[in-house]
Amino acid sequence: MGPTIFWNSVRFIIAVLAQVLICNHINFLGYIDPLVYIYFILLFPFNANRSLFLVLAFLLGLTVDMFSDTGGAHAFASVIIAYIRPFVLRFAFGISYEHQSVKLENTAFGQRMVYVVILTFIHHFFFFLLEIFNISNILIILRNTLFFSIFTILITTLSIFLFSRKNS
Amino acid sequence: MQQIINFLRKNRNFILFVLLLLISLAFTIQSHSYHRSKFINSANWLSGGIYEKTNSISSYFTLESENKRLVEENRRLKMLLHNRKDSIDAITFIDSTSFATNYLFRSAKIIKNSYARRNNVLLINIGTSDSIATDMGVINSSGIIGVVDEVGSSHATVISVLNSISKINAQLKNTNHFGTLSWDGNNPNIVQLEDIEKIVQLKENDTIITGGNSTLFPKGIMIGTIKDFTLNTSKNLYDINVQLFNDMTNLEHVFVIENLHREEIDNLLAPNN
Repeated sequence: MGPTIFWNSVRFIIAVLAQVLICNHINFLGYIDPLVYIYFILLFPFNANRSLFLVLAFLLGLTVDMFSDTGGAHAFASVIIAYIRPFVLRFAFGISYEHQSVKLENTAFGQRMVYVVILTFIHHFFFFLLEIFNISNILIILRNTLFFSIFTILITTLSIFLFSRKNS
Repeated sequence: MQQIINFLRKNRNFILFVLLLLISLAFTIQSHSYHRSKFINSANWLSGGIYEKTNSISSYFTLESENKRLVEENRRLKMLLHNRKDSIDAITFIDSTSFATNYLFRSAKIIKNSYARRNNVLLINIGTSDSIATDMGVINSSGIIGVVDEVGSSHATVISVLNSISKINAQLKNTNHFGTLSWDGNNPNIVQLEDIEKIVQLKENDTIITGGNSTLFPKGIMIGTIKDFTLNTSKNLYDINVQLFNDMTNLEHVFVIENLHREEIDNLLAPNN
């Protein structure tokens, strides 16, 4: 259990620092930043304690919120995707993920994309809903959700490719 | 009792989920209201310290443009100084501490800039230890930047003019008609001036300055020029797009303005007086 805790703490810190020091300043096309810290939530061990996972997702979002002065929008969106992750896992990988220890790097590309895309879109939608906090700007919310999600998915998928250890 | 405990244990994840959701929702609502002391902000030792460290490196990359700005401001001040009708020697010394000192300027440095979000909040490197308090105006040599919001011991957050809750009193330079400056969230170089009456004669490229109606900024701080204007839906007020003088995407050294008569003015204007 020791190394798992250690590596997840390291991941937590890297996720926060990568987000607030690098990705918050990319401003692609003037305003698009990838929200890469959700990579931590996507990759968190699938068989971990759910309460612990919820609390960690909350703390992760809150830390990013603290750095980017967004109140609690990141925390809110992170808690939502942390809570619905098991349902999305079951949808994407079938019932099998519960019985065998599925690792994201070893799954089929299509299934992995389904999993990443669903969670990213839900996260970004709730994030912008709370960041903009004005339902009359729903078009801006949806536009941001779409563009930011595409950028985030691109970055996360690329990094899964880059950092995965090839077994086959 | 046993049933309640069983229920709680069975649904503990859901209850935890709802609890965390409500907490973050409360933080969010708080962050969208003006002047509420916020728990989650970047004016603390951890985020302030980290931003300060990274800024000490990244500030080297903007040295050249900062130097240019300094030279430009020096040139402007020299012009003012040497073109005065009465020379500097003629000013008599006034033996009083409070005479004509309305505003205190303190220099600060922006260590976290933000302009691409809907609600942009900046971070400056001075706080309560430098007598910074909420509701002080922040400007630089080219124009306004924002208003101080949350203050930590050595850092403070600034609500940028590029923020949906920012409302700043502004007026036309050549007449005294005033309105409210806000931002629609689209372009970081263009802000909106509202509540200017239809009878006012407007021209493109008219200069907009801060009005003296609020205690945040002295009158006459530069804001920008009129880019275009249309009548609003009720056809009696203008919607004006203002091109900012300031490049909000490239900010480094700023001044924080303290209005020394603010308390007095606020007391006089308070409705229950």
